[in-house]
Amino acid sequence: MDNASCRVLWEAICDNRKEPTMANVISDETIEYVGILAKLELDDAQKEQAKKDLAEMLDYIDELSELDTSAVEPMSHVHPTCNFFREDVVTNGDDRENILKNAPEEKEGAFVVPKTFD
Amino acid sequence: MAKEYEVVIGLEVHVELATKTKIFCGCSTAFGGAPNTHTCPVCTGMPGSLPVLNKQVVEYAMAVGVATNCEITRHGKFDRKNYFYPDNPQNYQISQLYLPICRNGYVEIETENGTKKIGIHEIHMEEDAGKLIHDEWDDVSLVDYNRSGVPLIEIVSEPDMRSAEEVIAYLEKLRMLIQYLGASDCKLQEGSMRADVNLSLREKGTTEFGTRTEMKNLNSFTAITHAIKGEIERQSDLLEAGEKVVQETRRWDDTKGESYAMRSKEDAQDYRYFPDPDLIPIDISEEWLEKVKASQPEFRDAKKKRYAEEFGLPEYDIDQITSEKALADIFEATTAICNQPKKVSNWLMVETMRLLNAHEMDASDIKFSAKHLADLIGLVDQKIINQPVAKEIFEHMFTDDVDPVAYVEEHGLKQESDEGALKAVVEKVMADNPKSVADYRGGKEKAIGALVGQTMKAMGGKADPAVVTKLLKELL
Ligand SMILES: [Zn+2]
Repeated sequence: MDNASCRVLWEAICDNRKEPTMANVISDETIEYVGILAKLELDDAQKEQAKKDLAEMLDYIDELSELDTSAVEPMSHVHPTCNFFREDVVTNGDDRENILKNAPEEKEGAFVVPKTFD
Repeated sequence: MAKEYEVVIGLEVHVELATKTKIFCGCSTAFGGAPNTHTCPVCTGMPGSLPVLNKQVVEYAMAVGVATNCEITRHGKFDRKNYFYPDNPQNYQISQLYLPICRNGYVEIETENGTKKIGIHEIHMEEDAGKLIHDEWDDVSLVDYNRSGVPLIEIVSEPDMRSAEEVIAYLEKLRMLIQYLGASDCKLQEGSMRADVNLSLREKGTTEFGTRTEMKNLNSFTAITHAIKGEIERQSDLLEAGEKVVQETRRWDDTKGESYAMRSKEDAQDYRYFPDPDLIPIDISEEWLEKVKASQPEFRDAKKKRYAEEFGLPEYDIDQITSEKALADIFEATTAICNQPKKVSNWLMVETMRLLNAHEMDASDIKFSAKHLADLIGLVDQKIINQPVAKEIFEHMFTDDVDPVAYVEEHGLKQESDEGALKAVVEKVMADNPKSVADYRGGKEKAIGALVGQTMKAMGGKADPAVVTKLLKELL
């Protein structure tokens, strides 16, 4: 999608913005599942808040479906460019000492993580 | 009454590409570095780091796609596969879901019923994960990210295979194509080629697929064959007992000869793929594709045909010396120098194979040069050394790439072929071995062998056996 059609689409979105309708309802099962995927443990109050936030986000996104996008080509990427490559040449040396400064804990040159099974 | 089942198999084959650097950063892919010595902010998933695609990865993937009759996706991109696991520092793997680089291909395999096409659904590019080491002392795991970001292609077949034999033939075909392309060394044992087997059973004559399982941890052709036989048995036992096959990933234990269900990497197999916004799309021009097509090498099947026509070698020889690209390369280079295809082939099939097995080496580890092998063959042809001495020299060539001409000089290994010089030795051997002489004269022709052996021994192995035999026959 080029910049011009981007602009057209964006203006169309702005023109069509309405108050949220709360058409989307997030079920308890969904919030449970999303929590598992995100590895988050939420208490009941947090779950209710997350349900409300997610529903609002979905409503906002739903506004897009009110637009006629039949003439707009699907966009696969935001950058109007392609083919940005590296040559296959080693440019990085051994920087372990610095890299391991990012580790929560280090042992024998490795990152230490909670015991994990395959 | 037992029902008859048909086995349906599809394969996911991961191949580590032979690039010097990782797929998205300039870190080395070399094996054997100390933990985390080949890492940077990109391949350890640090926030704010920016991946940049290695062009060679795209070229190798395209080359494999062309070799496997795939359509090449002209406008491609990368997607993020999201999951949490410590070997994956970004919490997503960069892969290709929506627009894999190659699609709708096939390879042909030879089966006892003739040629069969195995469909290739797609080939996509992705990055490898790090390695988890379980600490024996503390209750923790250690992570080495040296393999993180090493480029892989995943070749996904159609469920077209019906037996372990077909699976092996398909894998061998892929291995040969990719090895001849130079895109990977494809070593199953070392993990540069890994196969996951998707297998299901259905009643013979039906068309609907049964529930499949995925088998992992298969690092040899034998393990794959065992695992397939084991899984067919396990699934048919379940079906016979009226139970259901559960769709799951199983890990094969080849020493125990059984598989067990793996603890799932995450609680749900929901990877929430989405396009990676950090990576720029790939546009493959007609020109680029044509260039890759034009640089396809002579593959094994074509080589086999040519070796038969050009060198008149037996089928068995050809099969052996084309079974690894490195062998075919050294065969061609040596033959180009000495023009003795059958002799070169013999050295490769017999002594080279024997020493490779004895040293547990691969053909790609061969050290001796084509020039030295050609020289060795020349030394035997010119009767400067005999075959047993040549074998002895070859062992040194194999381990240290010694120059055979210099070696013969240094160690005084030239054989004696002068009749005059050998005659005295032969006469002495005859005098010392009257029984053998009498046996031969009494009609036992085989007795001459013992006399040749004794003469060779007396000469310290350095005599021309043909001259010795000739002399003995004259004197007897
Ligand atoms: Zn790196």
